[in-house]
Amino acid sequence: MPKLSIQYFAILREQRGVAQETLTTAQTTPEQLYEELRSRHHFTLPADRVRAAVNGEFVAPDAVLPEGAEVVFIPPVAGG
Amino acid sequence: MNFTLTSAPIDPVALQRDLTHSSAGACVAFEGWVRDHNEGQAVLALDYEAFVPLAESEGSRILDEARAKFQVVAVAGVHRVGALRIGDLAVWVGVASAHRGSAFDACRYIIDEAKARLPIWKKEHYATGASQWINCAVRGDYVASNEPEKPH
Repeated sequence: MPKLSIQYFAILREQRGVAQETLTTAQTTPEQLYEELRSRHHFTLPADRVRAAVNGEFVAPDAVLPEGAEVVFIPPVAGG
Repeated sequence: MNFTLTSAPIDPVALQRDLTHSSAGACVAFEGWVRDHNEGQAVLALDYEAFVPLAESEGSRILDEARAKFQVVAVAGVHRVGALRIGDLAVWVGVASAHRGSAFDACRYIIDEAKARLPIWKKEHYATGASQWINCAVRGDYVASNEPEKPH
């Protein structure tokens, strides 16, 4: 099972209670991983409103998570 | 030039000076300021948070797109992070070009794309004492927070 590091920002950081963590998961895509985390930590945002970045680049929700991936889930943005 | 994020106050005069070029006949700059209200609520302050590496790389990608789409001489952008107060400069975009049309168009393109694409989040603090992450409300938040306690 791949070991991943995850960084949380904004509303997800507050709802998770930490800014980052490492974990081992059976999930193979960002979408699956988000659903697992969402049910465990009661995130309010549904998966379709959260984008994912892996190793510093945006990726598709069904991209394959590589071993050691640095995953960031991106809530709806509000710059400017 | 690149798109950068900074926790220090933005200096628009210095940034605009960096756009200077002998072939530029026009300069358009956009400044986004922190205002004291949003959607009917009095705003006291706000926090910006960003995933900095991706915000800078995506912002620089937007600047590259503007260079490809419009006849421009120089482009640049800066976004603040951290705790900001009313009147603070939150985002600055500047474009220099030979003529004004492409400078206006490129500046508008960059700020619109930056607002839509950069991984930057804004938390507003209201006069009521409440606060919220903008654009992150979900249907049911209001209902859930106003539901009477269920009898046990």
